[in-house]
Amino acid sequence: MIAAILSVTLLGIALGFALGFAARKFAVETDARVAEIGAMMPGTNCGQCGYPGCPGAAAAIAAGEATVTVCPPGGKALATALAAKLGIAADLSGVSDEGPKIATIAEEICIGCCRCIKECPTDAIVGAAKQIHAVMREACTGCGNCVDRCPTEAVKMEPVPVTLQHWVWPKPQAKVEQAWA
Amino acid sequence: MSEFLILLVTTALVNNVVLIKFLGLCPFMGVSKSVDSALGMGMATTFVITLASAATWMLEHWLLIPLELGYLRILTFILVIAATVQFVELVVKKTSPDLYQALGIYLPLITTNCAVLGIALLNVQEKSGFVWSLLSGFGSAFGFTLVLLIFAGLRERLALARVPAAFAGAPIGFVLASLLALAFMGFSGLNFK
Repeated sequence: MIAAILSVTLLGIALGFALGFAARKFAVETDARVAEIGAMMPGTNCGQCGYPGCPGAAAAIAAGEATVTVCPPGGKALATALAAKLGIAADLSGVSDEGPKIATIAEEICIGCCRCIKECPTDAIVGAAKQIHAVMREACTGCGNCVDRCPTEAVKMEPVPVTLQHWVWPKPQAKVEQAWA
Repeated sequence: MSEFLILLVTTALVNNVVLIKFLGLCPFMGVSKSVDSALGMGMATTFVITLASAATWMLEHWLLIPLELGYLRILTFILVIAATVQFVELVVKKTSPDLYQALGIYLPLITTNCAVLGIALLNVQEKSGFVWSLLSGFGSAFGFTLVLLIFAGLRERLALARVPAAFAGAPIGFVLASLLALAFMGFSGLNFK
């Protein structure tokens, strides 16, 4: 009994130390920028950039194979942030940024087919078969994967609606001339 | 010397681990889409099986038998095999990132490849010596690699063939595997006496 416990424990400890040593010995030097860029990406692996997920896109951006404007959900904000990070000038002419958007489902034409649910990388769409689906605004990252899957065109990308949770006090519209007039 | 050769031929061809003993079918179907990744998988599995044969022999004869812990055999064997696989994964990741990408999920899955544990347990059952277990492990792994390579080559040609729609994909793969198994049954007629 004690011999069994001891031997398995010692075996586990010995193997653990051996593997830990091997992990140090065979550690792969990765480009630190890839991890940093990866942390800036949306992280939903929607695949619109054409690379295998956000880590793939981050590696491509770090290697200079992809432009900083490659990520549609990231939009202009991500492109400028990435350009600043990499110290390059971003060509923002190709980016049509109309502000953040999220998916909405027109309830009157949703047939409850569940296709958009399967596409969503963040599980932001709730619903069941033959039940009207709905988008949870907090979870939607606006990747747009669900739009093409809808057979009735009920899914549309809309600007993020202003709700009580989203509303922010507008900045004071400073007009100095008026103040002094 | 000749009996070692016979052992190699027996374990690799006559008692082939995939087609005769039906062990390790998951990578056999999973990683046989291209010859390159099949070769990589075969090499990694060969390395793991050979190392695991040696490690489990030492474990069996230096720990389990002296302490009469036979009931811990499967547990400790799995532990050692898992550690070996982790080690191989580290090495492959360091030495060949392309192979690491190609093998994908199947590399850590060598841990659950029943061929690895199966060969280790068979060695114990047959009460073979150290060199003998090492060689039979290597022979079986060589047979695994050989069959994986043949099957991958066949499937690469199969991809260009016109297959009836109902058979396309995995079904024709299984038909092919059974034909290959039939061909390997022919080796059971080999007689070394």
